[in-house]
Amino acid sequence: MLLVSTVPRLWGDFEMVEESNVLEHELVPEHYVMPEKEVGKVLKQYGLTKDQLPKIRLSDPCILTLDAISGPVEEGMIIRIVRRSATSGMAVCYRLVIRG
Amino acid sequence: MMITGVTKRISAIKFAMLSPEEIRKMSATKIITADTYDDDGFPIDMGLMDPHLGVIEPGLRCKTCGKKVDECSGHFGHIDLAMPVIHVGYVKEIKKLLQSTCRSCGHLLLTKEQADEYVKQRDRIEELTGNTIESSYISAESAKDASSRTTCPHCSAVQLKITLDKPTTFREEGHKLTPKEVRERLERVPDGDLVVLGIDPGVCRPEWMVLTALPVPPVTVRPSITLDSGDRSEDDVTHKLVDVLRINQRLRENRDAGAPQLIVEDLWELLQYHITTYFDNQTSGIPPARHRSGRPLKTLVQRLKGKEGRFRSNLSGKRVNFSARTVISPDPMLSINEVGVPVTAARELTVPLRVTERNQVFAKEMCARGPSPEGPGYIPGVNYVIRSDGRRIKITDKNAETVAEGVETGYIVERHLVDGDIILFNRQPSLHRMSIMAHEVRVMPHKTFRFNLCVCPPYNADFDGDEMNLHGLQSEEARAEAKVLMRVQEHILSPRFGGPVIGAIHDHITGSFMLTYKGSAFTREETVRMLEKVVDLDLPEPAVKKPVEMWSGKQLFSMILPKDLHMTFKASICQNCESCKREACENDAFVVIRSGILLSGTIDEKALGAFKGRVLDKMARDYGPDKVRAFIDRATKLAVGAITMRGFTTGIDDEDIPSQAKREIDDAMVQAKLKVEEHIGAYRRGELEQMPGRSLEETLEVEIMKVLGKARDTAGQIAGRHLGLENSAVIMAKCGARGSMLNLSQMAGAIGQQAVRGERLSRGYWNRTLPHFEQGALGSEARGFIKNSYKSGLSPTEYFFHSMGGREGLVDTAVRTSRSGYMQRRLINALEDVKVMQDGTVRNTAGTIIQFIYGEDNIDPMRAVQGDSVDVDDVILTVLGDEGELIAKVREKGVVSYGIQDKDMLEPSSTAESDEDADFDAGGGEEG
Repeated sequence: MLLVSTVPRLWGDFEMVEESNVLEHELVPEHYVMPEKEVGKVLKQYGLTKDQLPKIRLSDPCILTLDAISGPVEEGMIIRIVRRSATSGMAVCYRLVIRG
Repeated sequence: MMITGVTKRISAIKFAMLSPEEIRKMSATKIITADTYDDDGFPIDMGLMDPHLGVIEPGLRCKTCGKKVDECSGHFGHIDLAMPVIHVGYVKEIKKLLQSTCRSCGHLLLTKEQADEYVKQRDRIEELTGNTIESSYISAESAKDASSRTTCPHCSAVQLKITLDKPTTFREEGHKLTPKEVRERLERVPDGDLVVLGIDPGVCRPEWMVLTALPVPPVTVRPSITLDSGDRSEDDVTHKLVDVLRINQRLRENRDAGAPQLIVEDLWELLQYHITTYFDNQTSGIPPARHRSGRPLKTLVQRLKGKEGRFRSNLSGKRVNFSARTVISPDPMLSINEVGVPVTAARELTVPLRVTERNQVFAKEMCARGPSPEGPGYIPGVNYVIRSDGRRIKITDKNAETVAEGVETGYIVERHLVDGDIILFNRQPSLHRMSIMAHEVRVMPHKTFRFNLCVCPPYNADFDGDEMNLHGLQSEEARAEAKVLMRVQEHILSPRFGGPVIGAIHDHITGSFMLTYKGSAFTREETVRMLEKVVDLDLPEPAVKKPVEMWSGKQLFSMILPKDLHMTFKASICQNCESCKREACENDAFVVIRSGILLSGTIDEKALGAFKGRVLDKMARDYGPDKVRAFIDRATKLAVGAITMRGFTTGIDDEDIPSQAKREIDDAMVQAKLKVEEHIGAYRRGELEQMPGRSLEETLEVEIMKVLGKARDTAGQIAGRHLGLENSAVIMAKCGARGSMLNLSQMAGAIGQQAVRGERLSRGYWNRTLPHFEQGALGSEARGFIKNSYKSGLSPTEYFFHSMGGREGLVDTAVRTSRSGYMQRRLINALEDVKVMQDGTVRNTAGTIIQFIYGEDNIDPMRAVQGDSVDVDDVILTVLGDEGELIAKVREKGVVSYGIQDKDMLEPSSTAESDEDADFDAGGGEEG
């Protein structure tokens, strides 16, 4: 696993998290880069153009992590986010990567 | 015929800047004189009131378009400025442009490649987001990048630092730039470079931000008023324009006469000041222009901005016709769907009735009655008739007959309200959708609006002088929509927590409690009296036949329940015993309903109450709004019948306790005081054992609070022993109608510790709360403990302490309402265009997705059961009956009340005492 953010070691007595992967935190939902082929399907399903999707910034910690793990993430790509839901089990949403 | 419906659609609105040429082109006349009227009172040509600018006096015609007062909307004029002047509204843009362009060649301080890169980025973001805000960030970024260059990449000129001296003076390394110089620089910026900065050169050249001509708004925008004395009083904007014209004139004369540079510059700056304040009289850095009386002038920006501005006051907040407002009062005999409308209001609020072949006779007849038909009872008439050509004819007693003759198809007759009309009813503050609901009209005598008491909670209304608004609907679509979506019966379940918001309150709960509590029995006469209000009910077989016929209250209540209702729950009077005796409960608190028959238990707040009523909740879910409405209507009448039958009152003697008990309470208080003193002694001697994580002082406080809290509880218990269910106040507290046992123990027992910020009172004088005590006193009396009850009366110091505690509660509520009001305003502005589409997505008007699935689970909170789409326990109970109850019992559900949180979870936890006190004070405050 590639390690992204680094927290400096502070006190020897405590077990400190030296390096962490935000995507592995239990409060962070799963992020996947959508393959180009599936993008069209999703947009068609909802009758959307890309600009009507919710956004996620390139500087988002999750995107930085994804970029490091699974190759470059660029503006205009679509991220599929799957989160746990108490009522419906699983909730899926899609976000468009924008600069910033 | 009048044209209705959408014929054109606006696809886009583009905002641009006015060029000086455009200003002159659209101008009806040039304004040159500062005078408005001549000695005879006629407007001066080329003055500020020039008749070319429009008409404000009736009878006159506009010199530009020839139309009359209301037809001509007015025409702009213009003032040619002697010297250019900076427009305050564009100062920021001017600064950005000056800083990011070259001082000598005018090019953007970026190389061609850099500029292209920014443009490319912006196009990309525009394509991806469709959002102008995002792309404006890029323009800002490119401007910032360009400003940081010190030499021009095009002509290699060295750039000097440009600063803005607020509000309108630009300086280059300290040297002042005149507006003329600024304008020259802006003129030099080539069109191509403007695109990079996010400016469309086709509609907006930067030099237009420095004014050379000033538009003069039409007189209709700034009408003058003629006072009773015959004097004319001009609008603030006109006053300001007079100032501008005067200085402009002087500046021109001085300049042309070759006056010294210093004088010209002074006048130029004065002109700048007047034009700045003409736009915005609250510009920071300059004194506001004032009226002769000293009042600051209301100029253009002030007309638009803020709560009293054009947008919030006149555009978002329009005044409407066909509305009424009056005091409200209760009427339990009305259905929850109805509203009692006074005759006087019903005759003002009209419904447009389109005349067709079929209703022509009816319409004529109605019309002939005129605007105020007399007769036994209320007879609706007609106020206006609108002819096919749109002319509106007022009906009077004199012309009623003649107009009625002429009524034919295509006419619209505005008839008075009649019983059954749908109208909207509203009480401010309109915080949620239940604040405006549709009711059916019942025209009644007297002068108040009346409605069923069960509808008080959603409106948060009481009858201590509250007023409410009523709006008459004016189209069939509106009426249909209101009837289907907004009727009261459609809002019994709240979308906030999925429980009932409409339900019994106060005496209605007490009534049903007295009707159904164990042992309640009624004679034939009493039964008939109660049932006669509830129409369509027949007298059932009596529960007891001998020696006299008696009907039980449970039996009567069962009559209004649906025949297939099964329910089991604990009533509000439940004592929460360790082991529940269920049906054998001595408090009659275990409610069992089988096949629509109340077998055991008492019907109180938990069954019928607004927010808590389990029966209402289940019926609304399983039987639909029509059935619940009928149930609530009947339950209201039955409960009111029961409480009137027995009679119900509470007075100060409800808090009477025997003198023996009073002595016991006094003893407990003395004991507590001694114990507190013991603790203080231990503390003073240094013998007090410190608690972990607390200082010695804190330990002492905690110990004292513990002792005093216990003392208050003891007093309450002693008093409570003498307060039984024969006591009206206790009945109300136990069945949940009003008040709590804590309130009662404070009235009969002792009030207890007063607190501010969750601590005993300590501030006021030096090291003491009041001069009655020694400095540093820590005893119970010295720090706000009240050993008296509300009944026995407070000592002067106690009274003062009580006021201190009460004040905190008042301040808290005041702060909370203002803060939450602002938060709600912001939230509503952000969410106003969001809606759930038919495919289940949540989108705004731009079609942008907010949520892919509503709430990420597609559950409507109004129809959900405690957040779940299906109530499994309820299904089990219904299918398996009593057998299923065993399963349900294993996991006794934690449903206590729906969506009601007694405690504010965000506030830091304070001691129990102060919390309960706050609760009490809030209860008392509501009455005011």
